[in-house]
Amino acid sequence: MSLIHTLARLEATRSGRAQPLATVRHRHLSERPMVVVPLTTAGEAGAPLGALVGTDRDSPRLLVVPQPRDRDLRFAFLAELAEAVLPYLDSYADDVEPAERNETDPETKKRVKVEVELCRDAPQIVVPSRAGIAYVRLLGRSMRFRRTAEQDPDTPYPAPPHIPLLGRWLTHYGERARVPGASLLLSATDLLARHWATGQSNLEDQHLGALLAWIDPPVGAESGAEAALRAESGRDAAGQLVCPPAGPATDPAFDNALLAPAIDAYDLARQRLAAAEDGETADERFGELTAAERRIRELLAAQMRPTWDAVWQALDVMRKLPEGVRAGERWTRDRWSYTSHRDRVRAGEPPQPRQDSAVGAAQKLASRETEQARLEAQEALDDPLVMATRRLAGEAFVSEVVDVEMAWSEGKRPSPRPLVTVTTDDLPQLGGGEKVHRSVDGKSQSAEFVERVGGGRLVLRVVNGMGRSKEPAPGSVPEVGDRICWTLFEHEPRGGAQLPDPEETPWTHGGPPDAAPDGVLLPERPDPVTPEDLL
Amino acid sequence: MDARALAALAANPGCERRALLDGAGVNKAVLAQALGSSMSYGQSQFAFMRGNAFEARVKSDGGTELLRLLGVEDPAAARTPDVSAAGPEGRTARTALALREATAEKAWTLLDHPMLALEVAGTPAYLEPDAVVVHPDGRWTVVEIKSFPMLDGSADPAKVGAAARQAAVYVLALERVAEQVAGAEVGRSVLLVCPKDFSNLPTGSMVDVRKQRAVTVRQLKRMRGVAELASALPPGTTFDPSCEPSELVAAVEAVGAAYAPECLSACELAFHCRGRARTSGAVEALGRGVRGELGGLTTVSEVLDAAEGRAGDPSDPTVAALRRAAALRAEALRGAGV
Ligand code: SF4
Repeated sequence: MSLIHTLARLEATRSGRAQPLATVRHRHLSERPMVVVPLTTAGEAGAPLGALVGTDRDSPRLLVVPQPRDRDLRFAFLAELAEAVLPYLDSYADDVEPAERNETDPETKKRVKVEVELCRDAPQIVVPSRAGIAYVRLLGRSMRFRRTAEQDPDTPYPAPPHIPLLGRWLTHYGERARVPGASLLLSATDLLARHWATGQSNLEDQHLGALLAWIDPPVGAESGAEAALRAESGRDAAGQLVCPPAGPATDPAFDNALLAPAIDAYDLARQRLAAAEDGETADERFGELTAAERRIRELLAAQMRPTWDAVWQALDVMRKLPEGVRAGERWTRDRWSYTSHRDRVRAGEPPQPRQDSAVGAAQKLASRETEQARLEAQEALDDPLVMATRRLAGEAFVSEVVDVEMAWSEGKRPSPRPLVTVTTDDLPQLGGGEKVHRSVDGKSQSAEFVERVGGGRLVLRVVNGMGRSKEPAPGSVPEVGDRICWTLFEHEPRGGAQLPDPEETPWTHGGPPDAAPDGVLLPERPDPVTPEDLL
Repeated sequence: MDARALAALAANPGCERRALLDGAGVNKAVLAQALGSSMSYGQSQFAFMRGNAFEARVKSDGGTELLRLLGVEDPAAARTPDVSAAGPEGRTARTALALREATAEKAWTLLDHPMLALEVAGTPAYLEPDAVVVHPDGRWTVVEIKSFPMLDGSADPAKVGAAARQAAVYVLALERVAEQVAGAEVGRSVLLVCPKDFSNLPTGSMVDVRKQRAVTVRQLKRMRGVAELASALPPGTTFDPSCEPSELVAAVEAVGAAYAPECLSACELAFHCRGRARTSGAVEALGRGVRGELGGLTTVSEVLDAAEGRAGDPSDPTVAALRRAAALRAEALRGAGV
């Protein structure tokens, strides 16, 4: 953590209010995000319990599994989830613009430009917390290898249609969320914690209620610390949390005191209905069953609703910050990611493999490192407060130009290599020969550090970005009096803007994950199923 | 104290308060409640039921599947001696006897819920591993059955870590028994059994617990110092939860603590200690790492005074760094109009 961040935390502690860590919003927010608040059953590997889903903050769709151990009920839940999510994901698929992409021609192995479609916008899913992102991934994993009766008439326990498809999309979103700066799938806690420092630790910031208590406290709240404490641990007379956890795990007190009895009542009502001997009793008992189910729905809705509202509140808070210029560029990458997955689904490719191939895994890792460097550079360029942390670390410096001396490179065609002398109060880590970079009209220009001269002055030699002629293009050379922020890091790590990442490259191009000797794709087998499975 | 509590000691080895309370056998959850800072530490009955059901399944049929996970070819031939007896001492003795016999027999043997004793700060703590398997070559393997899934061959590292710390305590306790048995050796890797993917089918993985074992050994040595810690307390100090809260607070505060946010997931007293740390303005409340970059400055106001120029020696590198940080931060915020 930068000392600047520590200071912000300390100031937040003193003032009782969160302090800014950013002056612009570093993540793109969709105009119409879909919020998903999932709940899971304690102790079960991702046996869903319920969810609130939707794009309208006033009317979330409530999905509930009244008995999580019942496969049919879980499938019904997942089918309903697919019904709620897939049309949203689909609604961005056909609004496209033409674009170009570099691909390797499979025959000539040459890089060629191909005309492709790029979706103009992409669907964005927001969950409450980091645990919610892990849960999206888990749901995706559990669903994508399911077989429907249509795919395989002999499959035991066939899944309802669309479940494998939703699994593939959730897997894609879950994987994308691992890419630094990607915004297809966001968590409210990560979003807020990126932009504000609270007077508590990172661990406590994982609690959405407590985090919001510092950033956007309820009217009349004394201090963030007290409001956060209430959000974390305040209980009503019956011992239930005033601010239920953001999930997917539930509070044990809720499970034991409220949910378990309600599920027992539901089970009993089901048995009684099954045992009914005549139509009249059956009708009556069906009424009982409906009432028991309604009770569970009410309980779960009451657990999830505060979190649902908190996620929207978090989005409101985030929208008050203007979006960073380069966040839009990163969103374009997200659009590429969405578009290529759309293409893969349409091309009938098999679901993502359980494990990446060695090459695939290495590519992913490399691309994430590049993305991390890019993200750090872009955030600093977009935001003076982030740049301040880089300046403090000696990785950037703000300078004033005090002298410019024209010079040219040697050789047949001399190019301009002006020597620029600057002063700075910052302490850049320059020894000799390093490159520094500045941004001119959104493009980066580099200079070499030449030497330190008296009075804390630095001499830099500008080496590019001045046009092709002998005389530099107007405005391309710093002038005396200019205030310039130079960085020791590159602005656009490893060029090639706005291309799909290796992970987005269809397997037919990046190498199939699991190919037989003749190169035919072998789709992965579905998970073995047993009568007592949990998902 | 059970193995979980013993294992959790390793989470904050620097804390004397915890060492003393645990060593003295104080129930920290009850104490926290009496102090008015209880944390929700209950277990959901769903998780509890699921855990029991899975363990029962793994051990059904004389532990056939469990033994198969260890590579036993004919699990039906394995011995499964009864180690039940009255009282923990009785069970511990039965267990020791069964282990000795099994080692002498040189045959696969499964001990279901054996009982082991480990001396903690002078008093024996009784521990109950899920199972111990004796190999024909005299090796003893601790088996830990957990209901979190192993998904595509890997499980949640945090949960595996907790299970490993717990199993390391069993390994230590088993070693005490093995010392008395010729030809016996306790495996430093334990068998972790989890449900495979989304199914109820057990799958196993050997987990090396040497590191966790070493930490626990160190921790137990420190606990011998509990008597010393206790003797340093003012006379008449008691942790009896029926006392006046103010008396209790004084008693608890008489022992030094080492609060860090990690306590929140490892110690029942965390809300209490956090409250204290915050009131005193301790910077550790914001994270363990924070302290390191602040040199000798330990409280929020000290740091802010130094950063804002009200105190501190500007030639001190920490103070200088703080002032630079504060100046850069202020400049950026001014420029952005925040
Ligand atoms: S919560 Fe308190 S008693 Fe427990 S380990 Fe942390 S500092 Fe020690």
